[in-house]
Amino acid sequence: MSVASQDNAMRTGRAARVFIYVFLLVFALFYLLPFFIMLVNSVKPLGEITGGNMIALPKVWTIEPWLSAWSTAQIGVEPTGLRPYFWNSIRMVVPAVIICTIIGALNGYILTKWRFRGDTLVFGLMLFSCFIPFQIVLIPMARILGILDISGTTSGLVLVHVVYGIGFSTLYFRNYYAAFPTELVRAAQIDGAGFFQIFYRILLPSSGPIAVVCVIWLFTNIWNDFLFGASFASGGAAPMTVALNNLVNSSTGVREYNVHFAGAIMAALPTLLVYIVAGRYFVRGLMAGSVKG
Amino acid sequence: MATNTSVDLRTRLQNWLPKLVLAPSFALVLIFVYGFIIFTVYLSFTDSRMLPSYGLVGWENYSKLFRIREWDVAIKNLAIFASLYIVICTFIGLFLAIFLDQKIRGEGVLRPIFLYPMALSFIVTGTAWKWFLDPGIGIENTMHLWGWESFQFNWIKDRNMAIYTIVIAAVWQTSGFVMAMFLAGLRGIDTEILKAAQMDGASNWQMYRRIIIPQLRPAFLSAFVILCHLAIKSYDLVIALTGGGPGNATAVPATFMYSYTFTRNQMGIGASSAVIMLMTIAAIMVPYLYSELREKK
Repeated sequence: MSVASQDNAMRTGRAARVFIYVFLLVFALFYLLPFFIMLVNSVKPLGEITGGNMIALPKVWTIEPWLSAWSTAQIGVEPTGLRPYFWNSIRMVVPAVIICTIIGALNGYILTKWRFRGDTLVFGLMLFSCFIPFQIVLIPMARILGILDISGTTSGLVLVHVVYGIGFSTLYFRNYYAAFPTELVRAAQIDGAGFFQIFYRILLPSSGPIAVVCVIWLFTNIWNDFLFGASFASGGAAPMTVALNNLVNSSTGVREYNVHFAGAIMAALPTLLVYIVAGRYFVRGLMAGSVKG
Repeated sequence: MATNTSVDLRTRLQNWLPKLVLAPSFALVLIFVYGFIIFTVYLSFTDSRMLPSYGLVGWENYSKLFRIREWDVAIKNLAIFASLYIVICTFIGLFLAIFLDQKIRGEGVLRPIFLYPMALSFIVTGTAWKWFLDPGIGIENTMHLWGWESFQFNWIKDRNMAIYTIVIAAVWQTSGFVMAMFLAGLRGIDTEILKAAQMDGASNWQMYRRIIIPQLRPAFLSAFVILCHLAIKSYDLVIALTGGGPGNATAVPATFMYSYTFTRNQMGIGASSAVIMLMTIAAIMVPYLYSELREKK
């Protein structure tokens, strides 16, 4: 988000400023608390959670819960840990994000630099597809995946995520390319450059920032998806979120809270890492996805 | 002559190329979004149960749907959840943004802290809050250990209160995002007007009430639309936090649709509930998107 010089600060007294700082700090604690709880309880022996204080630091530190969540915890019926599902998610996210970004870039290029009758309608239809409740497509999607013989597979999930990601990736690139000077494109055209040449040579080199925004948005959304994963790949091809939910809600045996917390952090880690490394772009993507102005 | 026609062909191909490149992905969207919507709408008028079947039954699924008690619960829950979620998120977001905008030291540290939950999966959020709110091991137990013996917080196990725990977790997840939207709005306000108002002796309260907050109208609108849309779609968080329970006390339309379609084999009714969800979202999103697209022209 742009951090312009801020001149709408109030002229406030000392008491008011103390209040503001306290207010902000209380909320910072509120936002940090759940993550803190996940973290400290993921390195505690189970006994310290069930018989002790959840907010306290561990008396005995252990990485046992992490090892268990990663490779031996019971997910559904198999004691495989979350490891295979983590890789499922990676295998699902990477191709889906790449395909979607390329399609979105081309679409955005066409919708801004090769305008034609009805292009706003085409864009409008793509845009609305970002906001449908996915419940409306679950039943036919299950049928189609069955017909294509890819239900319950990672390829099936890739297809699903590509189809429902196109709207957003097109939106990002369209809005970005709209500000790109069309004269440059026209000049290149007169010089005899073709459709793809113009794209590669002129638009692509300056598309870095929006590509980062788009990749981060798609990565976060697809990694965090639960509904499609649970509907179309609940078995061995399940993504991380589905596996985590199975781990936490499995009713057999003792509830290993520390393992649940370790698993939850594992599921959160990739997107959290992206947020920490490229938070600026993450925020920009969020805003562009909501404020289309 | 021959070169002439080949050049002609080339330019014509060049003219068609953009549409040809756009066509496959547009076709995908048409089929997988709009085709599927039509298919689901059609199913909602059939007697489909475990598998799609094509015997038309008119409005029967819809009239049945509104006589099912669980749907009633789901609608009421959504109304409670959505209204509290939207109002609380907007308030917290607005105040955090206004306060952060006061030349705060450490803004660069606070802002990412307020926003990071947005990067997490609702399943992760649900897991964290599920055990934190659990009376056996969570906050209630902690308070008891700290000596506040009479402290009680068992909403998550209470049929009447469980829906509010979903509000808490959802607010935790998205209020930072609303803050970011308002902050962007605040930073976009023309400071000249503010200086003039200040010179005229306007108080802080007057400045915010009369000048700044009215100028945030677009941010309010965007926040409202996005929060509405998130609220109606919310599924993951409910599944992870309460699983729709205790009993079906925290059922929402999204969980209702899933359970009727895939576990109770009432596909016709499931489809009709999905159609109602779509209509509700469309009623909010279509005018919003339409006005956004028109303004651009």
